[in-house]
Amino acid sequence: MDVTIRVKRQDPEADGEHRLPYWQEYPVTIADNATVLDALIQIREDDDGTLSLRCSCRSAICGSCAMRINGHAGLACKTIANTVVQDGVITVEPAGVMPVVKDLVVNFDMFWEKIEAVDPFLKHMGREPDGEYIVSNDAMLHLSGVTSCIMCGACVSDCTVLEVDPTFLGPAALAKAYRFTADPRDGDSDGVSMERLWALSEPTGVWDCTRCNECVQACPKGVAPMDRIMAIREQAIQQGYNNNNGARHTDAFTESVAHSGRLDELRLPIKSVGGFTNMPALMDYMPVAFRALRRGKMPPIAHKNVDNVEAVRRLFRQLEPDPPAPRVSNNSPFG
Amino acid sequence: MAEVLQHDVLVVGAGLAGMRAAIAARAGGANTAIISKVHPVRSHSNAAQGGINAALLDRGDDWEDHAYDTIKGSDFLGDQDAIEVMCRQAGASLIDMEHMGVTFNRDDDGRLGTRAFGGQRRARTFFVGDFTGQALLHVMFEQLIKSGVQRYEEWFVTALIMEDGQAAGVIALEIRTGELHLIRAKSVILATGGCGRLFEPSTNALIVTGDGMGLVYNAGGQLMDMEMVQYHPTTLAGSGVLISEAARGEGAYLRDKDGNRFMERYAPNMMELASRDVVSRAEQTEINGGNGVDGCVYLDCTHLGEALIMEKLSQIREIGIDLAGTDMIREPIPIRPGMHYIMGGIKTDIEGRTNLNGVYAAGECANVSVHGGNRLGANSLLDTIVFGERSGNHASEFTRDMSFPEFDINGTLNRERRRIQEMLDRPENGDRWSAIRREMGESMNRNVAVFRNEEGIEETIDDLHQLRRRYENVPVHNKGKNFNTDLIFALELGYMLDCADTIAVGALDRKESRGAQFRTDYPERNDEEWLHHIVLTKGDGGPITSELPVTITKWTPEERKY
Repeated sequence: MDVTIRVKRQDPEADGEHRLPYWQEYPVTIADNATVLDALIQIREDDDGTLSLRCSCRSAICGSCAMRINGHAGLACKTIANTVVQDGVITVEPAGVMPVVKDLVVNFDMFWEKIEAVDPFLKHMGREPDGEYIVSNDAMLHLSGVTSCIMCGACVSDCTVLEVDPTFLGPAALAKAYRFTADPRDGDSDGVSMERLWALSEPTGVWDCTRCNECVQACPKGVAPMDRIMAIREQAIQQGYNNNNGARHTDAFTESVAHSGRLDELRLPIKSVGGFTNMPALMDYMPVAFRALRRGKMPPIAHKNVDNVEAVRRLFRQLEPDPPAPRVSNNSPFG
Repeated sequence: MAEVLQHDVLVVGAGLAGMRAAIAARAGGANTAIISKVHPVRSHSNAAQGGINAALLDRGDDWEDHAYDTIKGSDFLGDQDAIEVMCRQAGASLIDMEHMGVTFNRDDDGRLGTRAFGGQRRARTFFVGDFTGQALLHVMFEQLIKSGVQRYEEWFVTALIMEDGQAAGVIALEIRTGELHLIRAKSVILATGGCGRLFEPSTNALIVTGDGMGLVYNAGGQLMDMEMVQYHPTTLAGSGVLISEAARGEGAYLRDKDGNRFMERYAPNMMELASRDVVSRAEQTEINGGNGVDGCVYLDCTHLGEALIMEKLSQIREIGIDLAGTDMIREPIPIRPGMHYIMGGIKTDIEGRTNLNGVYAAGECANVSVHGGNRLGANSLLDTIVFGERSGNHASEFTRDMSFPEFDINGTLNRERRRIQEMLDRPENGDRWSAIRREMGESMNRNVAVFRNEEGIEETIDDLHQLRRRYENVPVHNKGKNFNTDLIFALELGYMLDCADTIAVGALDRKESRGAQFRTDYPERNDEEWLHHIVLTKGDGGPITSELPVTITKWTPEERKY
């Protein structure tokens, strides 16, 4: 198969024109079942020794070759070229969010700092057993869905929150955190990782995810980071870490729909920040509120129920037998 | 002048053996650093799929049974004292890894579950699906973070510094910036992995280029049994990517083009689970005899059922779909023997010490020797953990009351700078590293593979001489500093050529068939003359060979049948 690989290149250390990103096209002839990585290696070996990229295992296990292929992050070694070629061209760019070192190589420092920030090692309170921990195979298989993460950074590359807010822990680190919060061996004797759940409920943590689903799409290993983030939210709320904007937003959302059958968009943000006791946060909303008012987009003050609201309430009664947990302080109980 | 970096113990390579060594050395109180040309989790330990062996006493298993299986697997070339150390330690090391957080599959009672593996009479392979190596590697990295070991990630070692016969440090290229640094050390532990990329094709990752073996060889150290190269029985048609032995461990069959289970004729008892050398030879014999299809035979998993495959073999199923377009749930996949592992390596004792004072080696780059002529599946992960830890412990102790060797730091660093600059300044004409590496790999795979003979090996030795001459002028097209992989590949090729020489010379020297070495001109094992190791050191005209006896404790060599 003849194909043109269009590579976004850059050498930030160079003097002159290559200091800024530029495009270079490489026409190559590759086997029909060749991967995008095969094509890039062929270019590097036969055509242009100055092209830099990371790659090693060629079988989607080392996590080196994440890059954007036709605009979306993925592993070059796991992408068969003929499935992505468009009009004879495959466009390849470095992963997003992280700064470029050279060509397709990005600087992963920020990625690893976030991983280290979640205390990425098993913390068992109390004495270790003499032999192995006795835990169910199902629990281990469930964790394998997360430990199959190869830290390739595809999710981070395409995370829409990290793009604008570098303080967010991000999908890879939060999936890593879930690997511990869901591990029956981590935390107290019931396998509850209280300290982690508290820390992850803080700003930069699980509530900063906007649920855009990009990380789930990008992940080449089926880890589904966003689903893990949602699972941590649930674990945290269950343990009583619900006195934060995210948890209150979730509760207020649920309450509104359960009560009236639809969302009360006026009261939702007020409840999310903690009601009228949190005046500073409410004042922050004022400019938005005024703009909405001026443009006629203010939600109605009188919130009406949907027709047949009783049917909705009946549904909620069937689905939600547990009363919400009492609110506790978000101050760390661990000092 | 930048500040001088220095550490009591410096570990080169951050796969399982290297990280285990660094954690042990740090725990022993040594100021420890680890240096790796890739980030630790990118290391090739990832590729170990099937599991890790251990005989757990409370399962009714016995370390001596494990030792016997390992010795028989080695075709009696393994040193039995080292094998005893490994098999005795296995249970405790396994439980350590579980406590660190490895998510091992369980049995119905919630205890560690096992699967069967080749060359062993009982199921003692503990596993995480079919990505055990990755699971262990990532957990070891977690422990490395916790340990406080200094990390130099994406630094490539270009030279091992020896001063008065004592390890004194390394020189390394910081890949991101292109800066060359000297790191002083009292002790250097090499854990740089194998050298599989000098074969083409190979299951090995592109980073597996024999760096540590080359460093030791050039510093006057000893390599041993380099001719013992494992061809894995199941590598994927086309790309040559590994399909785990776990597939056969879970019950998959090997079939020829007519659907016959040909292993009946080669290993009537163990069938598909005979040792790897035996199975690879059987496959190659069938393929050469016209019973294969396009140079392959078939691995048939279709009778295992979707549920089992999805729970225990899901990653390799995905590889088959991605790279061969074949779903093993529905149809047999075409496979062939492929270069996979080297049993040979840097000669060490059971503490990981080499013949160079202060230099240690562990993992695939080392030869202690627990694998002898043929490694059993799932013994490699165990080897890395057990001997990584022992090396780290010993190096930590060794450096305790010692001062840093003194030497001319600036002069040493400047000499290495000039050597590298000379490479960069070469004219751009001439063969690139890629062409030389490909020719080397193809020659090795043609003549120093599953079946070997004198004529073929000599042809490859000639090829290697000629390739080395071309290598001396190999150009580097990339003249830039940051992330100059063109330069690194050229340097790696030097290590690979050294390793290739020793493999070919060892294969020519050993005039018998034992383990992975099968000489069609000497088809029998010959204990009278060849029950010994072959040690290789660097001479003016190439590797010089010498003999070393095999350590036999209590298992007398006998005929090997599966």
